[in-house]
Amino acid sequence: MGLEAYLTLAAVVFCIGFFGVITRRNTISILLGIELMLNSVNINLVAFARFSGDVTGMVFTVFTICITVTEAALGLAIVILLFRVRRTVTADQLDLLKG
Amino acid sequence: MTGEVVGFYCLSAVLIGSALAVVLTKNLFHAVLWLALALTGTAGIFLLLDAEFLAAVQLLLYAGGIVTVAVFAIVVTERLVGGRMSQTSRGLAGGAAVSIVLAALIVNAIMRGPLTGIRTPMELDLTALIGETVLTRFVLPFELLALLMLAGLMGALYFARPED
Repeated sequence: MGLEAYLTLAAVVFCIGFFGVITRRNTISILLGIELMLNSVNINLVAFARFSGDVTGMVFTVFTICITVTEAALGLAIVILLFRVRRTVTADQLDLLKG
Repeated sequence: MTGEVVGFYCLSAVLIGSALAVVLTKNLFHAVLWLALALTGTAGIFLLLDAEFLAAVQLLLYAGGIVTVAVFAIVVTERLVGGRMSQTSRGLAGGAAVSIVLAALIVNAIMRGPLTGIRTPMELDLTALIGETVLTRFVLPFELLALLMLAGLMGALYFARPED
């Protein structure tokens, strides 16, 4: 398989995740869509690293995976906190800053 | 070579199918389980690209960590709200149109770009090479990453602390 095949697969998964982010109403579902998008970028990084024969891209993938996991843990903790304060996790109803 | 092609198409089907299920299924708990399958499929793609270490990291951190935390968040919010949490989407047609246009633009850019798709066989052990690079050239970002994870997870603990 050529490099284009891997990049196309990553682009399709990225757009599916993007679709989830803009159509879902539940905050946890939006976070799941963001996970899909970040995950597809990792495929790109690994494919470029493998096809250029440079290991740096794979080291970057280790970093992005760790940062993504931290982001997910923080995001879900914020969702739990928001739920305690507002009793809802629907993004449309989280409008505290709307004057 | 043909084994790689078959594996690629099978894993792509699993990955795209489960990703669609993540964004389309009504039950939030099922969506998380589909996400676990999608992340496992990504680990398979990493295996196809000779990155065994990254596949293991992907399974341990992503498929293990994120899915556990997401299920935990669902259980907590569902218990407090007292009912089953089925979820709805809005603007499906518009979202699909925007996503398809975005995908077409990206694929168009990929096809036009001057990509050199030559895959040289790796004679070195990639796992050993990653470990060596992390602890020599990227040792400072690696330590900063440890600090970031500690700070982030302590922040998460602080946010989700029990009410008193």
